[in-house]
Amino acid sequence: MSFAHGEKVRIAPRPHEGHHRTPAYLKGKAGTIERVHDRFLNPETHAYGKDGRPEQRLYLVGFALHDVWPGYGGPRDDRLFADVFEHWLEPES
Amino acid sequence: MHDRGGWPTDAPIDRAEHELADWEMLMDSIVGTLGARGVMNVDELRRGIESMGPADYEAASYYERWLFATEKILAEKGVLSPGELDEQVAR
Repeated sequence: MSFAHGEKVRIAPRPHEGHHRTPAYLKGKAGTIERVHDRFLNPETHAYGKDGRPEQRLYLVGFALHDVWPGYGGPRDDRLFADVFEHWLEPES
Repeated sequence: MHDRGGWPTDAPIDRAEHELADWEMLMDSIVGTLGARGVMNVDELRRGIESMGPADYEAASYYERWLFATEKILAEKGVLSPGELDEQVAR
């Protein structure tokens, strides 16, 4: 499944043993696609002597800091941006 | 030590710049060369860093973590034999 700029997504809440690039503090959080990056070798296999293929689409995802850190005391419109691979994204209605 | 980001802390963030020591620039060059030659990629480097124990990870500087990971990955690939670096250092 691919996503477009402006689409709402949720980071898959699943646990994952071993190397991966999806921060724990974003798992289960809802955000918005801000930019569609290129496709890149999958670090989850590339870190273990494999070739990292097939390449995975990477997205820049924006989050409201209030959603990421419940108790956040800063301005309402403060946001956090993270690069997240496609296989970690779920559609958010 | 995996997924260190996002842990709460009361410690202030150290934003000070610091001069890189010669060995740190050398470490950077070694990792760059190993990548360019297809010996070790950045994902393997990161996995190596994440394999550090929590106490060692916290005590280590940025490039000390690179050194730990590089030694581990190169040993894993058979590029370095067990104890080879220690023998070289002891000479």
